[in-house]
Parts: sequence; C-alpha cells; structure tokens
Amino acid sequence: MPDIRLEGLTKEFKEMVAVDHIDLTIEEGEFFSLLGPSGCGKTTTLRMIGGFEDPTEGHIYLGGSEVTGLPPYKRNVNTVFQSYALFPHLNVHDNVAYGLKRKKVAGDEIKSRVHEMLDIVDLPGYEQRRINQLSGGQQQRVALARALVNRPALLLLDEPLGALDLKLRKTMQLELKRIQGDVGITFVYVTHDQEEAMTMSNRIAVMNAGHFEQVGAPQDVYELPATEFVSGFLGASNLLEGEIESVNGPTAKVALELGATVALPADRLPTRQGRIGIGVRPEKIHIQDASAADASSRANAIEAMVRMSTYTGVSTSYECRTSDGSPVVVYVQNLGSSSVSIGAGTRVRLSWDPEHTFAVKRVAKAEDDGDKTATAMEGART
Amino acid sequence: MATTTERIARREPIDATAPPQKPRKRRKEWLLPAYTGLVIAYLFVPIAIMILFGFNNPAGRYNFQWEGFTLKWYNPTTLLEYEDLNDALINSLTVAIVSTLIATALGTLIALALTRHRFRGRSSLNLGLFLPMASPEVVLGVSLLALFVSINVPLGLVTIIIAHIMFSISFVVVTVKARTSGFDHNLEDAAGDLGADPWTAFWTVTFPLIFPGILAAGLLVFALSIDDYVITSFNAGGATTIPLWVYGASRIGVPPQVNVMGTLLFSLGLLYVIVSLWRGRKAEALAPPVGKG
Ligand SMILES: Nc1ncnc2c1ncn2[C@@H]1O[C@H](COP(=O)(O)OP(=O)(O)O)[C@@H](O)[C@H]1O
Ligand SMILES: [Mg+2]
Repeated sequence: MPDIRLEGLTKEFKEMVAVDHIDLTIEEGEFFSLLGPSGCGKTTTLRMIGGFEDPTEGHIYLGGSEVTGLPPYKRNVNTVFQSYALFPHLNVHDNVAYGLKRKKVAGDEIKSRVHEMLDIVDLPGYEQRRINQLSGGQQQRVALARALVNRPALLLLDEPLGALDLKLRKTMQLELKRIQGDVGITFVYVTHDQEEAMTMSNRIAVMNAGHFEQVGAPQDVYELPATEFVSGFLGASNLLEGEIESVNGPTAKVALELGATVALPADRLPTRQGRIGIGVRPEKIHIQDASAADASSRANAIEAMVRMSTYTGVSTSYECRTSDGSPVVVYVQNLGSSSVSIGAGTRVRLSWDPEHTFAVKRVAKAEDDGDKTATAMEGART
Repeated sequence: MATTTERIARREPIDATAPPQKPRKRRKEWLLPAYTGLVIAYLFVPIAIMILFGFNNPAGRYNFQWEGFTLKWYNPTTLLEYEDLNDALINSLTVAIVSTLIATALGTLIALALTRHRFRGRSSLNLGLFLPMASPEVVLGVSLLALFVSINVPLGLVTIIIAHIMFSISFVVVTVKARTSGFDHNLEDAAGDLGADPWTAFWTVTFPLIFPGILAAGLLVFALSIDDYVITSFNAGGATTIPLWVYGASRIGVPPQVNVMGTLLFSLGLLYVIVSLWRGRKAEALAPPVGKG
C-alpha cells in the first residue's frame, strides 16, 4: 500500500517556483530521502506534506486519502524540524508527552509510552531534564522521541543531523536507521549530504531547482545517474561528449568526440540518436601505461595523458587529460606494495566495461527545454 | 593627533608594570563605587523620604519636618480616616486594574500580529504606536477631553479608564514585541504537528513563552496608570484618583496617610520582585547538573 502519493505538487512563492510539479509515490515502511543542494525545494516539499505550507497546485495523498488543504493537526504525520523546535519551557518528559496529551491519552499510558520512547532513543531517565541542559545530539533524540511517540503513519525529518558534528552525525545515522527498523514507520528524510542519503535510504529522490532529477535505489542513482546533475552531485564522475552511432539490439555504440567508440547497454540511452554525454565513475576505470597495454584492458578504451597523481592512502587518484582536453579522473585502490604508481606525463590507456558506462542527455546550457524533457522522463521512470 | 594617541595606546601595555601606573589604579578603586553609590542614592532617596515620613508624627498639617517616630498612621482606622482619600484609592486601583487588563490584552494581540504577519499598513502601525508615547500628555489629555465632550460622553471613571487604556497600549506593544520578535515560530508549527489546534498551540506554547513579556508590560502600565495626573485631570469629571486627591490636598498639606498608602503600594511591588527572584534562584538550584554526551 502506498503511504504517500504526490501528484503534480507545486509551490510558487511571489517571485519564484520553489517546487515544480513533482510526482512521487512512497511505499509503507520505506526510508526515503530527498537529496539536493541547498535551496532546491526540499524543505518546502516536506512542509507541504506536513501541512505547514499549502501547495499552489497538485494533490497530496496519505495512506490513500487526500489531505491537501488539511491543517497539520489533522494529519497523521509528525515532523522532526531542522532546528528541532523543542519547547524550551517544558522538560524532556513534557516535550515528548505533548502530542499524547493533545490526543487525550490517559496519564499512566503517557508516562509509560514516554518512558519507553526515551529508552528507544537512548535517553533513559532524562524525563526531568530541561531542554537547555541537553547537548545537540541529545536534543536531536528528544525531537525524534517527541515525534515517534505518537506512532505516526509517516515521519518527516528535515536535515535532522545537520547541526551535529561529523562523528556524532555518523553515530546518529546508524541510530536513526536502527530506530526506523524498530518502529517500522515510513521516514521521509531531507538531506543535502549525498553520503548520508546513500547510507540510510531505501530510495533517493535527487532534487534540483524544484524538480526531481532522478528517483531510485542508492545503487541505481549512483551507478546509473540519469542526468548530468545527478552524476555530478553524487560523487565524482567523468563525462565525455559523444554521438550515438548505432543501436544494435541490446548494445549501443557511441562515437566519442575524442575519437574512440564505446559500447553500452542500449536501454541506458536517454534518446535513440544525436549527441549525448557518456559517463563513467572514477573507480570503474582501469589505468595502464599505454606502451604496456595488455589483455587486462576492458572493452571501452581511450587514450589519455596523466597530469597529476595523488596518493591518498587507500587509493591513488590520477587526473588525466584526453586528446581533446576533457579531464578524466581515475581512482585506483592500493592493493599492495606491488602496485606501481604511474607518474605525471605518462601516456595511458583508460578502459572500462560497457556495463559500467552510463549516458546522460546533453543539455544545451541556454535551453531550458531539454531539461524539462529529462524531468518528464524521470517522472515516467518512477 | 590620531597617530600620537595611537602611539600612546600602543606603548601603554609596556608601561603597565611601571610604578607611575599605580596611583591611578588606586584612584579608580574608590571612584567607581562612589559614583555608583551616588547614582543609586539619587534613585532611592525620594522613595526613602516617602517611607520615612510615613512614620513621622507632625504636630500641624504639614508633614515636611521630622518631629518624632510613630506607627499610628499604620493603624487601619487612622489610615482610612479620610473617606474621600479612600474613595480616591479605590478609584485609582479600579482604573489601574481594568485599564491594565484591557490594554495588556489588546497590546499583546497587536504585538503578535506585528511580529507574525506582514500586512498592509504594518510599518505605519509600527510608527503610529510611538505617537501616544511621544506626544506631550497635555496634548493627549486635551484632545481626549475635546473628543468626549463633542460626542457627549459624560466624564467619570469610564472616561479615565478609556484614556488610560489609550496611552498604555503603546507601552504594552513595545514591551511584548521585544519578547515576540525573538519567538521561534517553528515552535507553533511543532505544536500543530503534534496535534494542537491553533487555540491550544497558543495557550500551551506561545503564551507561556511570551508571558514574562506580558507580565512586565502589565506591571509597567499598572504603574503608569496609578500615578497618572495630567491626562486623568482632563478626563476625570467628578471622579477623583490618588494623584488628583494628593494634588488637591497639597495646598493644605498632604497627610501622612498618603505616605503610608504609597509605602504599601511600593512594598507590594518590592515583594513581587523578591518572590520572582527567589523563585528563579530555586528553579536554578533544583535543576540537575548539566550532562554531556
Ligand atoms: N516563505 C518563503 N517565501 C519566499 N521564498 C521562499 C519561502 N520559503 C522558501 N523559499 C524559497 O524557496 C526555495 C526553496 O527553499 P527550501 O525548500 O527551503 O530549500 P531547501 O530546503 O532545499 O534548502 C528557496 O529559494 C527559498 O528561498
Ligand atoms: Mg531546508
């Protein structure tokens, strides 16, 4: 059963469109992330689902029934706010109990449910503490407990770990994931941190300028980015210009601008003909001295020159330049002392599997048109 | 000029350990406490005099010279000797309480509206609110009188209350706004998110958090109301309040009862301050030590 459905959801502020016709379905029990740069409309989307902002257009369904236009207190949804928004005049117990009191739950039950929830978020015995006596991480947990204790159908989290330091953030990521598993509630999680989204989510929607660029499982979004934006936002990637040469059954061939021809599965092509961008992740590329190229070379290959090599411990990264000047980055894992580093100025052969090749639509920068087509296609994919 | 000063300023730390610096430091040691003491005396001497002359035992009508200690003015029968003074006290308290309640409620609502919403006329309202505070009281008093007379409102307690509400609202708005403008509106969203309708959210979250501001505003306008003379005198008609009575009596000598009533009102305020300070301390002491983790 779908838990949330958004249909053509749009929010226009006076001078700008913050959220632009998004369609989305989230299944029950999913850990779903909205990922995108600051200002792309994540918070606005979440606020519309929570009922704090009325959409300009579109519909919101929760658990099958339409809630568009309902005030927040009539929706079975709870939110963990970006700034926590804990009530400073109430202690931890009263903060967590606030929602239960509004529902007129009996006093004894409130007490035991608050107690149980504080155990779950690992703050046992903190009932009487005042909010300003808590550290950031503890406040974050109280905010989580205050929302979860109401057993909502859906929990919305707006960058809940944004204010924490890196180490605490890592711990809380695992904690959140564990808690979500324990309570089995659907989470919609907003973040601008791609690593966080990838480690925590079942599915990710990559958002940019008010629309969804791509929706999918973390592996799919990372391995097969559908747009140039996604390929650049989730980790490093290499993009090369090319033109579709032929589509032969399951395999397509693309002639790269720099001369070589590469193969890739045909179903990854955004169009059947014309110019496209060919992409490959840096860790998927095999690098060899061009003069010593041997059978370990992969099917898609190009020639390049190493500009710089950087040793980072676990891996070595090579910054290369192709004959037409495009930069290509390669990561090579350090497997042992035997792996010999390739120095700057060396001519190399870069190769990778057709399986690891993805294609994105080339967007002429001035034209908005192609962008919209890409979005529509993403909608279809969802 | 500037360079010389700068050079001196730069050199000063080096001289700080040198002997010539010492006398200057000693002079500073008594200068600040003495100055502070004088300012405090300036603030409190009039009040002390008022309290002191409530214990005076003057022979004649004039209570200006110390003529011996007595507690007789604190005896309820002597204290309430002048019936017209008692009436004036009751009038003053009625006016102050009613106008404080109404002005505080209205002013708080205005302050909330000003900080929460952007509406047309918001900035002119913001500016307009300062007008009653900035205009001379005589002007306000005369204009109100003209208004009441022209629309045939009989002067009396009601017109005094209306006048006091009018000049109190601005003070309430300014005081409460200091509290509401720092208010995190996410808290109201959070209350709504947790199932509180706007009414409940206001009384369980917004109101408790801005209450200190409302209370401060209430105390301020209560004090303004109870001692207002100028505006009241224009709009009182036959009614008398304490300031009007005292002014009338001053020509024939203000009786010590007035000092005693003043002292009692002052003690009430003092008691409130002490209790709230004490409760603040207790809350701090009760709080368990801050934990990290
Ligand atoms: N109340 C508002 N009035 C006007 N513009 C707004 C308002 N809220 C958000 N915006 C604008 O909408 C865009 C998206 O904002 P937001 O959803 O907060 O982004 P994100 O959470 O992804 O950083 C931003 O450009 C922001 O300036
Ligand atoms: Mg945001």
